[in-house]
Amino acid sequence: MTHSRGVRRARRARIGLKAARLGPRDVLHVGSAGLRSRPARVVLSALGIAIGIATMIAVVGISASSQAQLMRQLDALGTNMLVAKPGEAMFSGEEIKLPKDAVGMVGRIDGVEEVGATADLDRSVRRSEKIPEGETGGIAVKAATERLLAVLRGGTAAGTWLNAANGRYPAVVLGHVAAERLGITEPGRQVWIDDRYFTVVGILDPLPLAPEIERAALVGWEGAQRLLGFDGHPTAVYERSTDASVPSVQRLLAPTIDPENPRNVSVGDPSAALQAKAATEGAFSTLLLGLGGIALLVGGVGVANTMIISVLERRHEIGLRRSLGATRGQIRIQFVTESLMLSGLGGLAGVALGGAATGVYAHTGGLPWVVPPWAVGGGFGATLVIGTVAGLYPAVRASRLSPTLALQTA
Amino acid sequence: MSTSERTHLPAQAGARTSTVVRLSGVTKEYAGGVRALDGVDLTVGAGELLGIVGPSGSGKSTLLHIVGTLDRPSAGTVEIAGHDVAALPDRRLSALRSRHIGFVFQAFHLVPGVGALENVAEGLLYSGLPRARRRALAADALARVGLADRMKHRPHELSGGQKQRVAIARAVVGEPDLLLADEPTGALDSASGEAVMDLLHALNEQGATIAVITHDTEIADRLPRQVRIRDGRIVADTTRGKAAA
Repeated sequence: MTHSRGVRRARRARIGLKAARLGPRDVLHVGSAGLRSRPARVVLSALGIAIGIATMIAVVGISASSQAQLMRQLDALGTNMLVAKPGEAMFSGEEIKLPKDAVGMVGRIDGVEEVGATADLDRSVRRSEKIPEGETGGIAVKAATERLLAVLRGGTAAGTWLNAANGRYPAVVLGHVAAERLGITEPGRQVWIDDRYFTVVGILDPLPLAPEIERAALVGWEGAQRLLGFDGHPTAVYERSTDASVPSVQRLLAPTIDPENPRNVSVGDPSAALQAKAATEGAFSTLLLGLGGIALLVGGVGVANTMIISVLERRHEIGLRRSLGATRGQIRIQFVTESLMLSGLGGLAGVALGGAATGVYAHTGGLPWVVPPWAVGGGFGATLVIGTVAGLYPAVRASRLSPTLALQTA
Repeated sequence: MSTSERTHLPAQAGARTSTVVRLSGVTKEYAGGVRALDGVDLTVGAGELLGIVGPSGSGKSTLLHIVGTLDRPSAGTVEIAGHDVAALPDRRLSALRSRHIGFVFQAFHLVPGVGALENVAEGLLYSGLPRARRRALAADALARVGLADRMKHRPHELSGGQKQRVAIARAVVGEPDLLLADEPTGALDSASGEAVMDLLHALNEQGATIAVITHDTEIADRLPRQVRIRDGRIVADTTRGKAAA
């Protein structure tokens, strides 16, 4: 007794008649008391918030994953490849050709590391001579230089690429779309071009930067000249330079190929289309995001509803706490904390759920799993705002409850 | 405390430091003109054990709320532990309750799902003491009410009498200047009720000032001082020596 009296006196001397503050741990303690006693209700009201956050995280995560996949592809393909093609003729009927030695000239530009070319041949490719000439299947026949595949950073899915040995003979390499359309899955088969059979020596991998090559049957430069009457003028020059020299190469490409009429050469950047696609993939669906927002709002209303019921049910507890010395502010803090914890719990579950949904989508689609930290932070921040707003009114009601009414045994 | 009969005069010389409750001319009117208290004067000195007795509707609950600073009077002055209640804003009034007043309710009002020790420690939650100290004091208080072996028992694992003893421990853990017990035996059988009253007597002997609000004259008769209230007025205020009990 004497000991605790001493404590009491010391305490009074120290703090006088001033309401003590609740420490963070005590705030958490009183805030979670109501949640611990009704776990089922906590789960149900947090679920609304969780669904809203999960939707938003998944929408953002899925589009970010798709974008990351494209960016990764772009990284692998590089953005340092340019293509020069004959420009639009000033007068119709006039056929513009690139000079025969365009490849050599481009190769001498500073910074250019690889040069390749193709030339359109006005021929069709068919499975056999029995198939009518008109059924080309949309497959172009092109002559290709040996370095072309290196410039495109492509590879063969089967067989070999054109080389000095096979390039002189009736050998053909099929782009992967062309092979599919012709129904050829392995080298060794023969196809009918012009008036003779060519042997398929290779089938290419997909080439995202050069869809026109994917749809082509490629014959060696020399072979085309010898067997198909090709005049040696390229119709597309592909070059790859160092990243730093891309702008200067772009500027120099046309004047180098045709110093007299640079306008006769048009220069394109095939990666530009892919970059644009990546940008649109990143712009997630506003509609889905809106749906997530509505779910979140409904979840917030659910939390507010739960909190109001909680305040009604716990009148006695509120009265008791007031009699134990809780100030109105401390009662308010208790219920706002409870609301925050309720929606925060939903937010955490939502982040986990949305992350998992993105993971499943990415895994099945073979995409990298990307959930942007800003989406997680934003989503969780939104739940905290919702928790505060939803808890404020019930908390104010609780704090205004007359302690004498609250203590009445109903 | 004197063991002989004496009257309680509010202005008694030298009583100021040892006066816990001083009510003068306290009137409480509710909306609609219901007058629950009508000019009540009451002084309670430190170390007293008194019963506030009256039938239901007599105004004794209103009196409890006003003495407990849970409600304010319509007229008159209320002074608790030397503080004029009318002058205090909510925060300071809450602090006053936290440090100077302990409540015991008929319905116990224990927090369900947590142990006796936590329930008692809850009584110090708003005192500003650190958690470890609160728990240590709570253990002491539980021992004082004879429940040292029930620290971890949750309310539903305790009998009615034990629950009320936990509630009493919670009320006295902060060593309040005044313990207000509102029908503390109302929800108990007579044996448990007896034990609770014995505990209140024992606490009083250790120095606690206790006011028991009851409609039960039998309980009131065993208390050293009885304040009888009817229709919002004090109709009798008698004190007898403890020796005569």
